[in-house]
Amino acid sequence: MKHDISLAVRRFIGENFMFRDDGDAITHDASLLDAGIIDSTGVLELVCFLESSFGIEVHDEEMLPENLDSIRAISAYVSRKLESRKIELVA
Amino acid sequence: MCGIAGFFALTPRPLAPRGVLERMVEAVRHRGPDDAGVYLDRRAGLGHRRLSIIDLAGGKQPLATADEKLWVTFNGEIFNYVELTKELTARGRQFRTRSDTETILHAYAEYGPACVESFNGDFAYAIWDRERQRLVMARDRMGVRPLYYTVHDGVLVFASEVKSLFLYPGLRAELDPLGLDQCFTFWSPLAPRTAFKGVHELPPGHQLIAEHGTLKVQPYWKLRFPARGERSRADADAIGEQVEALLADATRIRMRADVPVGAYLSGGFDSSVTTALAKGYNEGLRTFSLEFESPELDESAYQRTLVEALGTDHSSLRCKGGDIAAAFEQVIRHTERPVLRAAPAALYLLARQVRDHGFKVVLTGEGADEVFGGYDIFKEALVRRFWARQPNSKWRPLLLRRLYPYLGGLQSQPARYLEAFFRTGLAAGDDPLFSHLPRFALTRRISQFYSGDLRRAINGYDPLEDLRSTLPPEFGSWHPLSRAQYLETGCLLPGYILSSQGDRVAMAHAVEGRFPFLDHRVVELGAALPPAMKVKGLREKYVLRRALGRHLPRAIVERPKQPYRAPDSESFLRGDAPAHSLDYVDALLAPEAIGRAGYFEPRAVRRLVDKCRNPLGPVSAGDNMAFIGILSTQLLHSCYVQALI
Repeated sequence: MKHDISLAVRRFIGENFMFRDDGDAITHDASLLDAGIIDSTGVLELVCFLESSFGIEVHDEEMLPENLDSIRAISAYVSRKLESRKIELVA
Repeated sequence: MCGIAGFFALTPRPLAPRGVLERMVEAVRHRGPDDAGVYLDRRAGLGHRRLSIIDLAGGKQPLATADEKLWVTFNGEIFNYVELTKELTARGRQFRTRSDTETILHAYAEYGPACVESFNGDFAYAIWDRERQRLVMARDRMGVRPLYYTVHDGVLVFASEVKSLFLYPGLRAELDPLGLDQCFTFWSPLAPRTAFKGVHELPPGHQLIAEHGTLKVQPYWKLRFPARGERSRADADAIGEQVEALLADATRIRMRADVPVGAYLSGGFDSSVTTALAKGYNEGLRTFSLEFESPELDESAYQRTLVEALGTDHSSLRCKGGDIAAAFEQVIRHTERPVLRAAPAALYLLARQVRDHGFKVVLTGEGADEVFGGYDIFKEALVRRFWARQPNSKWRPLLLRRLYPYLGGLQSQPARYLEAFFRTGLAAGDDPLFSHLPRFALTRRISQFYSGDLRRAINGYDPLEDLRSTLPPEFGSWHPLSRAQYLETGCLLPGYILSSQGDRVAMAHAVEGRFPFLDHRVVELGAALPPAMKVKGLREKYVLRRALGRHLPRAIVERPKQPYRAPDSESFLRGDAPAHSLDYVDALLAPEAIGRAGYFEPRAVRRLVDKCRNPLGPVSAGDNMAFIGILSTQLLHSCYVQALI
């Protein structure tokens, strides 16, 4: 599951911000801001993508580089959100 | 105001025939539809297209002295020609016309090439000194009027626009990879580099002297600032009076013309100042402005306020995205370089309207932001520097949000992201380019679209390092605001504001822009002012507002700053353009066309176009710049490289 998330995120970043097939060119841990991949409004595009693709809601206080600034961080964040939703549903 | 072209054999050799000179001049006919003339001898050819503004009957060019030892072809205006003519007459020079052109000849005869230092104006000229077998070319201090040249087979070939050069036998257009890379960093190539290989732009404030088989290019004027901490007078009232008196005089001499002078009115503070001052010299002043459909871009409410307050006779043009798309092809033929915004197209349309109303001359407010510290980038740099002192501060970076109230995307951004974006280069406080690093980094995102061929041709060239190497030795001793002003005045002003958004789109319709804020006396005064007289707290153009604000409605003086913008990619992809007017866009951006031209990666461009075309998806500032930059490069290629003009 985590692998699928990471693949989808990588594809989105590759196609939408790098405009290339080789989203592979960016490593799992590279900072998207430092690498100049996400510009000043790019994070809003990223959030729209995560919400529409994974059915999660990204709260304002969660829009942090810790959650959204690398493919690994984004995948982990989305996994956590999906996991907590599962727990909510079960409860 | 006119167009010039010509050539000069560096050492005696056969020259191209008269027909070539005539064709070179004809290529800039749009700059001067009123008359044409050429002069050719065994060593030099001078050509001229005339836009008659001063001495309508007597100002024909090329013009010679009575003994025909000196010839000149001249584009522009010497605004202080009245005073200079008196001075030269007192020295015994005899004038045969009332034109500023003749002033150049007599001043040269009297003072030699150094005569340029006495000229207050916007000019580009070539003087052929037959006696000394010397050609002297010069360009105004700020770079208002263009002048390009190249050397081919021992012949110096020059013209107001690059397109004339390619009519000289043996010269062909080829885009310069480094010129493109500079464009996609600084918004334009930095003179002397141009977008074309082997073609040079005479830098602002420089002259070129060709004699004894060699070329010498040297500055005759330099923008300089006082060293940081140098004590200077800081009485705001006294400085304000000085600023107002000088601006009034700069405006007065810019009203000199034998045809009516109008004014552009954006609704912002700067053009309001020039219009208010001009109104003092012309009661029936005509003003012109642009309106846009998008409320984010439209300033018509402010324009109406001002028209009402000043009582000008006003016309405005409502500019739609479709109009921009339909005009863009012609616009790039005129800019002769890639652009990153569609804004030049709207000004192209406005100039057409001005011309349709029978006006040849307009005053504009350009230059006030550079000279008096008006740009957001200046305040941004000061905030970033303030923040860099306490890099862990949470609230210091939040000041940045206050700088851009008109950027919705930036305003809705989470604080931590805003912080992360502007952190670019924060640790590089010693870097001379500190103020501009975020802008350059954002613009350079276009390089991700470069093809392998373009990357190889660029071969590791670093435009930032190139710019650093051109800075004057004392640059580091200046106040950070002065450093930012120097960069802005040297890069964006001549290369984009005065060119793609200035001379080239106005002269496409034979309309001459005049810029009181760019009178060199005003520029020198602005540079010498203490920084706090320019940016006080987060208020820009402090002393200018204080001195000139009283002539304007409060709503204009107190309004937040809004840069002039026009709809970008949406003009082409989401707009109201009739389908047939966009055929060229589809053709130029098709993967095969991108591949054939060779500058960009076809698949990457396809993705960008799809993204910009999606009516629901957000399009960032970087995406818009890339779209316009790529489309304009393709147009440039198609106009000049592919098609033989």
